[in-house]
Amino acid sequence: MVRPIGILAGLGFVAVLLWSLVWGAVAFIQEPPQPTAEHEFHKHPRDAGLSSAGLLGKYDRQQLQRGFQVYKEVCAACHGLKYVAFRDLQDLGYSEAEVKAIADQWAIETPSVNPETGEAATRKNLPADNFPSPYPNEVAARAANNNALPPDLSLIAKARHDGSNYVYSLLTGYRDPSPELLREFPDSKPGQGLYHNPYFANLNIAMPPPIVSEGQVTYTDGTRPTVDQMSKDVAAFLTWTAEPKLEQRKSAGLASLVFILVFCFLAWGAYKNVWRGEPH
Amino acid sequence: MSFPWANQYNPKNPFMRWMDDRLPLPRLVYNAVGAGYPVPRNLNYFWNFGVLAGAALAIQIVTGIVLAMHYAANAGVAFQSVEHIMRNVNGGWFLRYAHANGASMFFIVVYLHIFRGLYYGSYKAPREMVWLLGLVIFLLMMATAFMGYVLPWGQMSFWGAKVITGLFGAIPLVGEPIQIWLLGGYAPDNAALNRFFSLHYLLPFVIAGVIVLHIWALHIPGSGNPTGIEVKGPQDTVPFHPYYTAKDGFGLGIFLLVFAILLFFAPNYLGHPDNYIEANPLSTPAHIVPEWYFWPFYAILRAFTVDFILPAKLWGVLAMFGSILLLFFLPWLDKSPVRSGNFRPKFKMFFWILVVDVLILGYCGGAPAEEPYVMISQVASAYYFAHFLIILPLISLSERPLPLPNSIIEAVLKGKSGSTLSTGTQTAVSAPAE
Ligand code: HEC
Ligand code: HEM
Repeated sequence: MVRPIGILAGLGFVAVLLWSLVWGAVAFIQEPPQPTAEHEFHKHPRDAGLSSAGLLGKYDRQQLQRGFQVYKEVCAACHGLKYVAFRDLQDLGYSEAEVKAIADQWAIETPSVNPETGEAATRKNLPADNFPSPYPNEVAARAANNNALPPDLSLIAKARHDGSNYVYSLLTGYRDPSPELLREFPDSKPGQGLYHNPYFANLNIAMPPPIVSEGQVTYTDGTRPTVDQMSKDVAAFLTWTAEPKLEQRKSAGLASLVFILVFCFLAWGAYKNVWRGEPH
Repeated sequence: MSFPWANQYNPKNPFMRWMDDRLPLPRLVYNAVGAGYPVPRNLNYFWNFGVLAGAALAIQIVTGIVLAMHYAANAGVAFQSVEHIMRNVNGGWFLRYAHANGASMFFIVVYLHIFRGLYYGSYKAPREMVWLLGLVIFLLMMATAFMGYVLPWGQMSFWGAKVITGLFGAIPLVGEPIQIWLLGGYAPDNAALNRFFSLHYLLPFVIAGVIVLHIWALHIPGSGNPTGIEVKGPQDTVPFHPYYTAKDGFGLGIFLLVFAILLFFAPNYLGHPDNYIEANPLSTPAHIVPEWYFWPFYAILRAFTVDFILPAKLWGVLAMFGSILLLFFLPWLDKSPVRSGNFRPKFKMFFWILVVDVLILGYCGGAPAEEPYVMISQVASAYYFAHFLIILPLISLSERPLPLPNSIIEAVLKGKSGSTLSTGTQTAVSAPAE
């Protein structure tokens, strides 16, 4: 009984699927899917060559500090870092006193309450505070950015495909739309307040190019602050904000692999030993 | 419940004897996974995956319970609490990556376990109940993993939940009330998150219970083996301990090796970047995809694009659930008396087509819903249903199985037992390529 019913049900599903296939094929031939501008002109991120990439890669502390400086002097005007606390910066090699000073002098204060009147107020940041958001809320953020919302950058390096390289590519990817693009897709000309960037998903981003000229940030460690260098540095910094435990993870991984390999070796020996002489 | 020649539990230690008279738990363990359980001597590495699935469940339960101590199931703070685990909880990153990748490892070993059963005909009499209980475990796992993925409350958590619960809306009349009842609202929200957390905590223990039944049912006829012929006498078997505990120990090592590589060196490889963006009901991701282990089923769901008596969406839902439910009927669809694919030339060929077919479905399920993926999914889904519902019932009528060995020990001595470690490799009938 099961088999006849099964065969009938099977024929039913197969028939409906092939019916769908025929209709899909007809539609495909009559109206082949139109290529889109994103399909043809979107680019995959370029390799930033960060030291944290690769199996055993580690962060370059100098670079993270430079990247932090770029974030502080350029990006922080528009982007928050709400999952990162000032004290986490000690990880980058800053001393406790330096972190305290950084928090204290941060341009944006942390929301608080006036202890006398109970009214909303702000106070200076403490090392235990997370980075304050540059805008009080989403409406304010959009109002200041042509109705676009600058996302929080804490996790950006994990929230995009190939995120670290993406940040670097995005920052260095601003250019005029190519003539081929404008010829094929006249509509993709960036509108008011938009900028062409082939690394951005829909090719037109609302963020004005943030890093535009050499020396925009003055590095204290002697590195030449080219546009490319600053973009790489801030990409490294944002990789760290997204994955602060990367180094612990990799070294724990290495230790685990050694341990597990020894275990496998012993287990293999035990297995061979137990089965010796036993036909199987 | 076991073979007459099984070793008998015979405690020497006075405490163990005292215990045995009062609560014979050690006896139970001895008979279930100790020296008291005789197992065919010719099992190959495909028989490791059941134990590995058990190990994966244990890892999920342990890491999950500790995660739950730090996680907050509230839509306002869930995402943040996961970031808190990743950044501030001691070893929190390890727990979370272990749990997320542990779920993937769980599905990898369970899929291999299921395909082992499909190839060697493990679902056939007298082991139908083992197979059915296994499918119950598989369904519970899928429910658990689906609800677990909602907990971090990222974009894919939210939109995945919305799409999957939205499927119930395809059921005529009662669909929408069921959907609202399941979610506790019109869209996933705090109510849904809380009940998902509650159930996500509960179901793994239900799974553990069903695993006990699964093994109990297995131990009535005893384990199958790559030849598919039954155990005839003591010379065919070895005691589970130490023979298979040793082999499973080695298998566990390899499992942990793969797990560690994923967890420590590519922890986000199998995940989706959008889940690092907090859930936002107002912003739909460009491509909504479930976790990789659901991709074949997702492809089947999306393969139905044309209304035919029933709406296309309902067909998709029926087919997606049907693709799993049909496995419950497999013992009665495939009536060939020969179990092992090693001795069934036609079956073997179709089996490997099925493997490739499911891989194709998986690929299409993860791809965007556009051509050519939809058309490929349609062909692949059609083969999937045809394989189980039409081909398997029919091939046993025309297939001429190869001659079976007389006994396991005879096959072993001739090097034809199907155990991948057999010394004689000049076999006419080889084990499936790995
Ligand atoms: C003038 C304000 C402003 C500054 C300064 C700024 N951004 Fe942005 N950024 C934006 C806005 C607005 C968006 C949203 C763009 C959109 O959605 O089209 C954005 C988006 C982004 C994105 C996300 C793109 C995506 O894939 O969605 C990244 C990454 C980014 N910015 C990085 C940076 C970095 C790094 C800096 C500092 C070097 C920086 N931004 C400086 C306004 C700014
Ligand atoms: C059948 C076994 C289990 C499976 C397949 C499973 C699967 C999952 C998955 C896929 C996630 C999402 C991971 C992510 O992307 O962050 C998750 C999260 C979670 N699970 Fe489980 N789980 C299982 C058992 C358990 C158990 C027993 C607990 C204990 C209560 C638990 C507690 C949690 C918690 C608290 C989270 C949210 C934290 C996080 O997202 O990392 N899980 N689970």
